[in-house]
Amino acid sequence: MSKSQKAKSLFEPSIVWPAIIDSMKKLDPRHQIKNPVMFVVLIGSILTTGLWLQALLGYGEAPAGFILAVSLWLWFTLLFANFSEAMAEGRGKAQAASLRRVRRDTPAKKLLKPKYGSTYETVSATTLRKGDVVLVEAGDFIPMDGEIIDGVASVDESAITGESAPVIRESGGDRSAVTGGTRVLSDWLVVRISANPGQTFLDHMIAMVEGAKRQKTPNEIALSILLAVFTLIFLLATVTLLPFSIYSVTTSGHGNPVTVTVLVALLVCLIPTTIGGLLPAIGIAGMDRMIQANVVAASGRAVEAAGDVDVLLLDKTGTITLGNRQAVDFIPAWGLTVESLADAAQLASLSDETPEGRSIVVLAKEKYRIRERHILELNAKFIPFTAQTRMSGVDLGDGRQIRKGAVEAIEAYVNKLGGSFPEDLKSTIESISKSGGTPLVVAEQTRVLGVIHLKDIVKGGIRERFAELRRMGIKTVMITGDNHLTAAAIAAEAGMDDFLAQATPETKLKLIREMQAGGRLVAMTGDGTNDAPALAQADVAVAMNTGTQAAKEAGNLVDLDSNPTKLIEIVKIGKQLLMTRGSLTTFSIANDVSKYFAIIPAAFVSTYPALATLNIMRLATPASAVLSAVIFNAIIIIFLIPLALRGVPYKPKPANSLLRNNLLVYGLGGIIAPFIGIKLIDMILVVLHLV
Amino acid sequence: MNWFNLVQTAIFLSALLLLVKPLGIYMALVYEGKPAGLNVWLAPVERWIYRLSFIKPDMSMSWKTYAAAVMLFNIIGIIVVYALQRLQAYLFLNPMSIPAVPPDLAFNTAVSFATNTNWQSYGGETTLSYLTQMLALTVQNFVSAATGMAILAALIRGFVQKQVETIGNFWVDLVRSTIYVLIPLALILSLILVSQGVVQTFKSSAKVALLQPTKDADGKIISEQTLALGPAASQVAIKQLGTNGGGFFNVNSAHPYENPTALSNFLETLAILLIPAALCYTFGFMVRDRRQGWAILAAMLIIFIPCLLSCIYFEQKGNPLFDRLGVDQNATALQPGGNMEGKEARFGVTSSAVWATATTAASNGSVNSMHDSYMPLGGLIPMWLMQLGEVIFGGVGSGLYGMIAFVIIAVFIAGLMIGRTPEYLGKKIESYEMKMASLMILIPPILVLVGTAVSVVLPQAKQAIFNPGTHGFSEILYAFSSTANNNGSAFAGLSTNNFFYNLTLGLVMFFARYWLVIPILAIAGSLSRKKVVPATQGTLPTHTPLFILFLVMVVLIVGALTFFPALALGPIVEHLMLGGG
Repeated sequence: MSKSQKAKSLFEPSIVWPAIIDSMKKLDPRHQIKNPVMFVVLIGSILTTGLWLQALLGYGEAPAGFILAVSLWLWFTLLFANFSEAMAEGRGKAQAASLRRVRRDTPAKKLLKPKYGSTYETVSATTLRKGDVVLVEAGDFIPMDGEIIDGVASVDESAITGESAPVIRESGGDRSAVTGGTRVLSDWLVVRISANPGQTFLDHMIAMVEGAKRQKTPNEIALSILLAVFTLIFLLATVTLLPFSIYSVTTSGHGNPVTVTVLVALLVCLIPTTIGGLLPAIGIAGMDRMIQANVVAASGRAVEAAGDVDVLLLDKTGTITLGNRQAVDFIPAWGLTVESLADAAQLASLSDETPEGRSIVVLAKEKYRIRERHILELNAKFIPFTAQTRMSGVDLGDGRQIRKGAVEAIEAYVNKLGGSFPEDLKSTIESISKSGGTPLVVAEQTRVLGVIHLKDIVKGGIRERFAELRRMGIKTVMITGDNHLTAAAIAAEAGMDDFLAQATPETKLKLIREMQAGGRLVAMTGDGTNDAPALAQADVAVAMNTGTQAAKEAGNLVDLDSNPTKLIEIVKIGKQLLMTRGSLTTFSIANDVSKYFAIIPAAFVSTYPALATLNIMRLATPASAVLSAVIFNAIIIIFLIPLALRGVPYKPKPANSLLRNNLLVYGLGGIIAPFIGIKLIDMILVVLHLV
Repeated sequence: MNWFNLVQTAIFLSALLLLVKPLGIYMALVYEGKPAGLNVWLAPVERWIYRLSFIKPDMSMSWKTYAAAVMLFNIIGIIVVYALQRLQAYLFLNPMSIPAVPPDLAFNTAVSFATNTNWQSYGGETTLSYLTQMLALTVQNFVSAATGMAILAALIRGFVQKQVETIGNFWVDLVRSTIYVLIPLALILSLILVSQGVVQTFKSSAKVALLQPTKDADGKIISEQTLALGPAASQVAIKQLGTNGGGFFNVNSAHPYENPTALSNFLETLAILLIPAALCYTFGFMVRDRRQGWAILAAMLIIFIPCLLSCIYFEQKGNPLFDRLGVDQNATALQPGGNMEGKEARFGVTSSAVWATATTAASNGSVNSMHDSYMPLGGLIPMWLMQLGEVIFGGVGSGLYGMIAFVIIAVFIAGLMIGRTPEYLGKKIESYEMKMASLMILIPPILVLVGTAVSVVLPQAKQAIFNPGTHGFSEILYAFSSTANNNGSAFAGLSTNNFFYNLTLGLVMFFARYWLVIPILAIAGSLSRKKVVPATQGTLPTHTPLFILFLVMVVLIVGALTFFPALALGPIVEHLMLGGG
């Protein structure tokens, strides 16, 4: 989906119409009381409606038309705020509806014994419970979340991830989890169900996008307190104006005390209705943006915490480097040609199906034009790698025995056969290690032929992404099982701030705990079961959707695209969420300056004509001034809905320049914009002869 | 405005800024318990005080215990001051045989001095015995100031400490503030003041023959005058230093025996801002980032200096009504010019305006001129400075902790605007701190607005207004702005020594002080428990000009938005009606 398409769909009719109806329903006081700012507006709207009825009966404090106009615009203020919330919810609901279609009641083949080939009975998916074992064959839908215990199959997960290319799922390892609602395209799987109905990943996603489980996040609570305090201060500032006004009228002897209608209008204009009205929409839209980025958040809290991350832990393999090491060079021992080394290395790797082995064959072919031979033609016997020998190789029909392996293993092998390890290779080996590569030594019986330089290939563009993170103030730490030297070299090449070498699940956990004790907020991505403890400890834990069930359960965010650098998007979305709230709060409060200049002279000019000097906008009449301010206050909510839903744009910059930019736009802009807006509305009102 | 106004202001501010660093470091060392000269030499005295009063100085208190100790100490203080006033007729050191103070006035005065407000509904020389002045009021002048400083010390510890449950020992902070900071400074200042002619005696008032006998209203010839005397210098020094402001004489430092010369005036004005300004440096020193202290001081000055200059400007400009009558209000070699009503001829416009701005920026409240007689906008400045919550310098200790509440609000909004959970000095600001800081900015405006609203409606309250109309409104608004922010200066023109005002203003002072003490200590406790977050590129620096300006905007916007309507109906409309645009 391109950005312009997204923008177009912001006010899609299928979302707008239900939202309009919803905004009426949300006038229910039980809903409004949750939001103190808007609840005050509701009370004000009811009060002015009452005053209008009173005016119709002939006891009005002001002309009925004026009271009605103020009252109507107060109701609009409420409706506009409700509309923004309903819009945000509507977008979520539309997504939930499409997800719900995935959750069909499929028949499931429940196996009587947990193994392939056992007899099964066909039951409804809804009757399955945790621990049941089912068979899923080509064309079947996977009935519920589970863990593959047998088989390998290609699975279409597009319903969940939106990615049409099928993925391979197999038992064991880190790709054993399957999600209910996805479809097996080929082969078969035996799946142990891992969730009860209503608790599946899909159920969770639906609940999240619908906002059903939405709770206020910590920052949202703190902001609500601040907004409530502002509301209370302005309530006092306006309520006390009535006695002040009565006193002023008595002592000056002219004019009338300020009307309740004008006071209510002033109050609603002053309290932060812009942010108060848009606050729920901002939160829901933040979750929505996460979903757009194909990330499912366990809670809004996780999204918010993402914006605060200080340290990012990344697994080396697959994230920073391409999955595997590759051979990049052959360095022969003294007196030998590079071709003979390449030839021996290729022979030793012909049957080695590991990616490293393949890369040796390919390098020999590409660089030294050594044709790939078939192992059977050579009458050779492949010696596979074992943990004991720590080397692999080949015994050729002509008696040659070629081995390749780690330095220590080959040294031991050669020594045992009575040979010796050439000293000149030692320095080569050291320099390879230092540069972050892995030396693989090739030997033929007692003779060491040379060294293969295996190297981790750092992914293209990753350095730039880490630089971006650094500008956000986030430190990156690489986690790897490699030794210190290798880790240091790769970390430097990828532009990372730090690394953890020879990592085990325990050292990972320890590192996270130490960083947290130092006050840092730690984020990490992981997919394997051995990542689960660290994921559970991290503040922001992104589990890959391709990962194991354990990893997914330990994480508080799940990335459906299984893209380890997705964290950068997640951090951006978290920051955007806070920035949108902060900027609109500033805007809302800054707006008050102009509203005072509109309403105060209008309210008291009858008592003190000198106050007309304060009418710096030269608004036509007191009535038009009050009305213009109220209308501006209502309309600005509608104008800001797109901003609330899309979020304030975030660019990685130092904190100070971010603050400066946002203060200029929303602070200074917030002071100036309403002066222009109110004046314009006043001119329109005059032109239309409405006042 | 003329060059003389500016030079005088510049000298005053330079002198203040020069003293900030040495005094700031000294106080920081005192609170950290590190050797700083005086606290080494007087250490036996400190230990002796603890032993005598069963204080365990090593016992650190939780914030709740600390708050309980503050409240206990202050309530006992209120009771003692009340009792001394009621019983003064039966006690010694009462050469004028002044009778007992009526209950409502005694209550008002007791609360007023314990809360560091020093609102005076009474006339000092005619209402209180020397014993009451010294044992009740002067003692409170010291300890109410020390209470504010102790609370600030506890708050600073909250920022410095990591994951600790306690915030220090109130009694230790109180004793150290008193014997190492307030008493030595007061001693130095009172000796200088005595040298300038401020009285310090236990003799009763003196009778002096008039050079030119005059007649009273009944036509009786009056040939002698009574000159009030007393132990004034000792009280004047601390009332200036401890942002107390309660004068020994009714007219406060406008009285020639409290403030006789240009030098005494300069030093007394300096003393108003000295400790509040230096505490900013103490703060920066103790949190190990002096830039933070300078930043807060800069924010205060950014508000203070324009206010000061406007006040001088409006006063020097004089009264437009006089202009129309052709009265010369220009400054010349022979006259200071400007609006001289209610000002002492020996001080003139600038010294009076500097004092008026300083005394209301800090919550001092002493006066050397009558604020009621200022031009409408000249008088608006002192009133508005109080309404900002007494955070521009403010009370000793209390001003800075009030400002830190605003910093917390500013940091919160700024933090959101850059997309990060806000933090200040490495401590995360969360909903609990926001709740407490919000309470702190909420309480004073409530008290000011509700108090004023009630007073302009109730007949018995309205009777007390001497000048009805907009100026009368300003007088009531000023009275509540002053008491609800523990300032204590009065606009006069409002007779407040009656049951209604003594009671309401007394309650306002009480809540304004103690309802702020509890939330700020709660913040201290909560911050103490938190980890320190190391600063990164994403952390918002709080010492930059940008943040300082933002903090200033937050203080101004909250203050201006809350009081603009009320000010519009008081001084602003009065100014507009004078036609002196």
